[in-house]
Amino acid sequence: MIDTIVNWIIALFMLTSGIFTLVAAIGILRLPDLLTRMHASTKAGALGVALMMIAVMLHFGDLVVMAKALAVIMFILITAPVAAHAIGRAGYFVGVPIWVNTVKDELFNRYDADTHRLRSGLETEEELEAMKTATKDKPRIRVTTKK
Amino acid sequence: MEIIYLIAFGLLSISMLLIFIRLLIGPTLPDRVVALELLATVVVAMAGTYAIFTDRSSFIDVAIVGALTAFLAAIGFARFLERGGPRDD
Repeated sequence: MIDTIVNWIIALFMLTSGIFTLVAAIGILRLPDLLTRMHASTKAGALGVALMMIAVMLHFGDLVVMAKALAVIMFILITAPVAAHAIGRAGYFVGVPIWVNTVKDELFNRYDADTHRLRSGLETEEELEAMKTATKDKPRIRVTTKK
Repeated sequence: MEIIYLIAFGLLSISMLLIFIRLLIGPTLPDRVVALELLATVVVAMAGTYAIFTDRSSFIDVAIVGALTAFLAAIGFARFLERGGPRDD
């Protein structure tokens, strides 16, 4: 009896995981630009893996396997936002075109292309000068664009 | 339960196919990197499904290693993109 109920719960988790992963895949195929695609892939993909690992935990019911599956869930939940942040930042610097219907780009003209530092727009003159002198010879690899 | 496993495998396989289309047509390199990362995530989910399917818990280790390498590859690609170098989309 208990086994049957646990089996049904495992089936529910597995099917939900598959559907969420499919949603992530459809999102990454259909959405218009890099940032919206990243929005689809990170959240739905991480949820799909987490549900599948919960199904693995319930299926084996062993403490070692549970610890390993929990480690996978924690790792995915920690690394997915970090990786998405790194790729999004790199894409913004590279100059990936954003969607034409984007309402607001708050980072526009705020990033220094050479030093990769972000200005808030509220700095005083002295702070801007200090920032300029502090990062005068910082970029070890200068980004040059060959035309 | 057999049919549930097969449906889960089918859903994950269709997802991999769709992600692979984006990996091929993706207009810029960051798009391809995002697709590659999601592909690795689907591989982790598939390793979990296979562990349930074959009733062997060793495949969880495969899932751990897959998640680790996916993260390192994404960070490496991001550093490469941001620090410059010749690029060919």
